[in-house]
Amino acid sequence: MLIPHPLLGLRDAQEFTYLGDAALIDRPDGLAADAAGRFFDYGYLRDNPAGEHRELWFHEQGDRSWLVVTRNITTHEIVRVELARDVALARGRGR
Amino acid sequence: MSQVNRLSGGRVDRGTTLSFAFDGKLYQGHPGDTLASALLANGVRLMGRSFKYHRPRGPLSAGSEEPNALVELRSGARREPNTRATVAEVFEGLVATSQNRWPSLAVDALSVNDRLSSFLTAGFYYKTFMWPKAFWEKLYEPAIRRAAGLGRLSGEADPDVYDKGFLHCDLLVIGAGPAGLAAALTAGRAGARVIVADEDFLPGGRLNAETITLDDAPARDWVAATVSELASLPNVRLMTRTTVYGAFDHGIFGALERVSDHLAVPKPGTPRQILWRLYAKRSLLCAGATERPIAFENNDRPGIMLAGALRAYANRWAVAAARDVAVFTNNDDGHRTARDLAAAGVHVTAVIDSRTDAPEIAGLPLFRGAVVTGTSGRLGLKSITVRNADGRTQEIACGALGVSGGWNPNLQLTCHHRGRPRWDETIAAFVPDGAPPGLRVAGAAAGIFSTHGALTGGAEGARAALADLGIPATLPDLPRAEDAPFRIAPLWQVKGKGRAWLDQQNDVTVKDVTLAHQENFRSVEHLKRYTTLGMATDQGKTANVPAIAVMAELTGKPIEQVGTTIYRPPYTPVAIGALAGRSRGADFRPRRLTPSHHWAQEQGAVFVEVGNWMRAQWFPRPGESHWRQSVDREVLATRQAVGICDVTTLGKIDVQGTDAAAFLDRLYCNGMAKLAIGRVRYGLMLREDGMVKDDGTVARLTENHFVVTTTTANAIAVFRHMEFCRQCLWPALDVQLISTTDAWAQFSVAGPKSRELLQRVIDPACDISNEAFPYMACGAVTVCGGLRARLFRISFSGELAYEIAVPARYGDGLIRALMAAGQDLGVTPYGTETLGVLRIEKGHPAGNELNGQTTAANLGLGKMVSATKDAIGITLSRREGMNRPDDLRLVGLKPLSPADTIVNGAHLMTGGSPVDAAHDQGWVTSSCHSPHVGGSIGLGFLKRGDRRTGEIIHVVNPLAGTDIRAQVVSPCFIDPEGVRLRG
Repeated sequence: MLIPHPLLGLRDAQEFTYLGDAALIDRPDGLAADAAGRFFDYGYLRDNPAGEHRELWFHEQGDRSWLVVTRNITTHEIVRVELARDVALARGRGR
Repeated sequence: MSQVNRLSGGRVDRGTTLSFAFDGKLYQGHPGDTLASALLANGVRLMGRSFKYHRPRGPLSAGSEEPNALVELRSGARREPNTRATVAEVFEGLVATSQNRWPSLAVDALSVNDRLSSFLTAGFYYKTFMWPKAFWEKLYEPAIRRAAGLGRLSGEADPDVYDKGFLHCDLLVIGAGPAGLAAALTAGRAGARVIVADEDFLPGGRLNAETITLDDAPARDWVAATVSELASLPNVRLMTRTTVYGAFDHGIFGALERVSDHLAVPKPGTPRQILWRLYAKRSLLCAGATERPIAFENNDRPGIMLAGALRAYANRWAVAAARDVAVFTNNDDGHRTARDLAAAGVHVTAVIDSRTDAPEIAGLPLFRGAVVTGTSGRLGLKSITVRNADGRTQEIACGALGVSGGWNPNLQLTCHHRGRPRWDETIAAFVPDGAPPGLRVAGAAAGIFSTHGALTGGAEGARAALADLGIPATLPDLPRAEDAPFRIAPLWQVKGKGRAWLDQQNDVTVKDVTLAHQENFRSVEHLKRYTTLGMATDQGKTANVPAIAVMAELTGKPIEQVGTTIYRPPYTPVAIGALAGRSRGADFRPRRLTPSHHWAQEQGAVFVEVGNWMRAQWFPRPGESHWRQSVDREVLATRQAVGICDVTTLGKIDVQGTDAAAFLDRLYCNGMAKLAIGRVRYGLMLREDGMVKDDGTVARLTENHFVVTTTTANAIAVFRHMEFCRQCLWPALDVQLISTTDAWAQFSVAGPKSRELLQRVIDPACDISNEAFPYMACGAVTVCGGLRARLFRISFSGELAYEIAVPARYGDGLIRALMAAGQDLGVTPYGTETLGVLRIEKGHPAGNELNGQTTAANLGLGKMVSATKDAIGITLSRREGMNRPDDLRLVGLKPLSPADTIVNGAHLMTGGSPVDAAHDQGWVTSSCHSPHVGGSIGLGFLKRGDRRTGEIIHVVNPLAGTDIRAQVVSPCFIDPEGVRLRG
C-alpha cells in the first residue's frame, strides 16, 4: 500500500507501524467517577466496519508522525490521511 | 545423428553450438534454444513422469504454462527442482535430470500406479488411508510422499546472491508482444517514464512464433526496429526475463527478473535473480493468451502438444516435434498451425476439426466434424484414432499431435484484488471484467486475438493511461497487420471409456471431475480442493477452464455460473531465495554492535543475540573450560571488587519541554512530577489494560530535561507508545522526544570499588563522593580531561554501582580507559549471564517476569501504582480480577538440598497434591547458580506467595521427571536492607 502522508507525500506502507482504531485517541478521564466503565469500552470495544475505517498508523521508519488514515478495508482505498495530532486537537484533546 | 528434427530458419543462432546433458546423455543445441526445444530437435519427446500415475510425459507447451516437462536443472548446490524445460535456456554445459522416476525415465517402477489408477482417483488419500489412524504419519504419508513427487532440493546452501530492487514509473507495460511494444512505443515517445517487462528472453511475444507479416515484412523486422527505438529512449526500461507476478495495492507490482538463470554461473558481481517492487502510476496488461487443450482418451502422451506450441517450435525454434504431425482443433487458429508446419516442410497427416463447417485448408487432409478418440504409443505418440463425422473410426500414424481447444486471455493480474472475470461467448473464454485501479488490459489478454487489434489496443491503452496522468501522447503509425476474426465452436471433451486428462501436472482426469460431481463437490472451490485441479506449480493455466467447462456440462449450468477460483499471486513460481533476497544467514536481520564490541572481541568474549544486538555473554579467561567458571568469577569479582558491563542496549529516550515532568507523570504509574533535579527514580510503565508494559529509570537532568531508560527488548515499542501519548492523547503538552539509544555509550560500573575506579577517570572537578553524589543521584560530569559524560548512581546488582554514559563514538575509548585505570582494583568485565545472576540474586524483575502477562501486584510492586493520579493503565489495573488476594506473587526459591537445581519453567506444587494443572501453585521464571548463596536459586510466581515465606514447596519438572523441594524465601537474596548500594 501507499499512504499519502500529509507532510511527506506518498510513502510505502512498509515504513509504517499499524496500531488500530483511531478511537484510541478518545482516551477517557481516569479521574472521572465512571472511569472504570469508560476505560472498559475504550480498551475492549471496537467497531469492525466492512468499509471505511479510521485507523492509526505510525511513521516509524520516517518522521515519527502518528497519522489517522481513513481506509476502506475491503478495497484498501485510502480516502483521507490526517496528522493524528490535528485530529486529537480537533476532538478537544489538549493538555 | 544430432538434431534430427531441426528445421531451417527460426530464431536460434546456428553459428554457435552448445553441448548439454539430459539424464547423462549429451546433446547439442544453439543459443536461443530452450531445453525443451533443443531436446525436441534431438528427437527427445519424453521429458518427465506425471505426479501421481507416473505417466510418461513430454512438453505440452512452449512457455511458462508448462505442466509436464519439469526437470532438475544444474547439479551440486545449484540443483533446482521443478524447472520448466520450456522456459529454461540452454547454455554450454547445462546439466538437466528428469525427476519423479526410478530407476530411469523410460523404465519407471512406480508406473504401476497407472495400472492401479482405478484406486487412485480424486480423494483417494482421504478414503483409503483413514485407518488405523497411527499409520498415517509413520507409514502412509512418507510412502505417498516418496511415490508422488516433484524434484529434489540440493540440500546445500544456495551459492548465489538474490537481490531486491525498487523502481518507479508512469506506465508499467506487462508483456512485450505486439500490444506491449505498441504501448511502450506510444508512451516512450510521449516522454513518460515507462517500464516494459516480459517473462521471455526475446521481446516480441507471440510475434516470434508466427509467420505473419507487418507492413508486408516479417514481423521480426518491426519488433527489432521497435525494440531498438525503445532501447534508445532514456525514459524507457525494457526488462526481459522479468515476470510481473503480482498486482498489489495502489499500483505496486511484484516482478522477478531472472538475471543469470540462463548462465551456468552468474557473472561476478551480479545476482542470480532480482525481486523487483515496481511502483506504477498506471499499468497496462499485455500478457497475451494461453492455449488450452481438449480432453480425450490418453491425451497426455509425449508428442501431444498444444497446437500453438507446435507452431512456435517450428517457427521460432526451427524444430519439428516429429516428422509426421496431425492437428486437432475446434477453431481457426489450429488451421494456422497446420499451414505453418506444412510450409516448414513437416508432413501434416491430418487436420481434425470438430466443426462441421470448418473452412477448407488448401492441400491438407481436413476431417470436418471429426474428433480424436484415442492414441497409442507407450513412451511417445505413435498414432491417433479419429472418429469421422459419419461415425467411422480410423487410425492415423503420427509422432506429434497439435491440439487447440481455444485460447484463454492471461487475465490473472486483473483478478489479484479478488476480481472475477466474465465469460465471452464469441471467443469461448473468460475475459477481464474490471481490474485493480490504474490497470488497463490490451491485446489478447483482453480477448482481442488479432494482431491488428493487439497493436491498436496497446497504443490506445497507453495513450489513455497517460491521459489520466496529464501526459499528452499521440498514436504511432502502426504497421498493417492481419485482423482475422477468431472463430471457435467450443469442444471441451471427447467422451470415451478411458481416462482423459484435464490437469496433466496433478493427474486430474475427466473421471475425477465426474466423481467430484457425483460426490457433490460441485462448487468450483470444492472441485479444486477435492481433485487438486489447478493446484500444481503451473496453477492450472491450461487445465482450469476445460475442467470448469466439464463441470458446467455435468451440472447443466452455463460456464459463467460455475465461475473460476480466485487468482492469487504469484503468476508463476517465485523461489524462496528470491523472496528472501539478502536477508539470510548472518544477514537475516540487521545486527547492532555495542560501542565496546570490538574491544570485547579482543578479549575473546562469547556473544549472544539480544534482539538485533550482539552482546558479550561472558568473558572466558585462560584455564576456564566451562561457562559457569567464567560467570561465577565475574559475579564474585563484581560483588567483591568492581565489574563493568556494556548496557548501551537499554533504550534511552530524551524527554524535554516545559511539560516534560507532567508528561512522564502520566506515562508511569508511580509519581514522576515531583522528581528532584539531579535525581533518578525507578519507573513502572503499565499498558492501558493495566498489565506491566516495561520498567526503567527516569533521570531528571534539569527542570525541563529528562532521560528515561527502557528494557533492551522494548526500546522501540516504548518510544512508539510515548509518541502515541504525546501526539494523540495530550497534543498540547510542551514536550519533545527523541531516541538516543545509539547516541550514548553506557556502561554499568558495579561493585564496592566502583567509586574508586570512576574517580580515576572522572575529572577531579566533579565530586562523586557519597555525600555529593548519593544513591539515585544523576548529573553531567566530564571524563578523561573534559569529555562530556552523564553519570547515574543506579544499581541493578545490589552493589554500590553507577552507569556512566559518553557520546557513542567514545564508548570504545571509555571501556579501555576504565579497564586500564582499574587494573590494580581487579576490574573485571562481565557479560549478560553475570548481569542475569546479579539481578536474580537481587530479585529484580526482567524480561522473564515482565512478559506482558503480569501486573504490578504480581511483581510485588502494587504499592507503586498511584491511587491519586490518572496515568496510563491505572484505571484498569484496579479491576477486581487483577487484584485477587490469592493471586500470584513474586517469590525467591532456594532448594533444601544444596545439590538440587531449580530450572526455569518448573511448576510449584504443594507436597502431596496431584501434579496437574488444577493443583498448580505457580512456576519458576528465572533461575541461576548463585555464587553469593552458594547454590541454585530461583525466582517465580506463587499463589499468595507474599504470605508463604518459609514454606516448603515442590519444584516439579514433569518433562525431565524431577521433583525437588525448595523453601519459599524473599526474592531479594542479597543485602535486603540496601546497605551496599548506599555505601
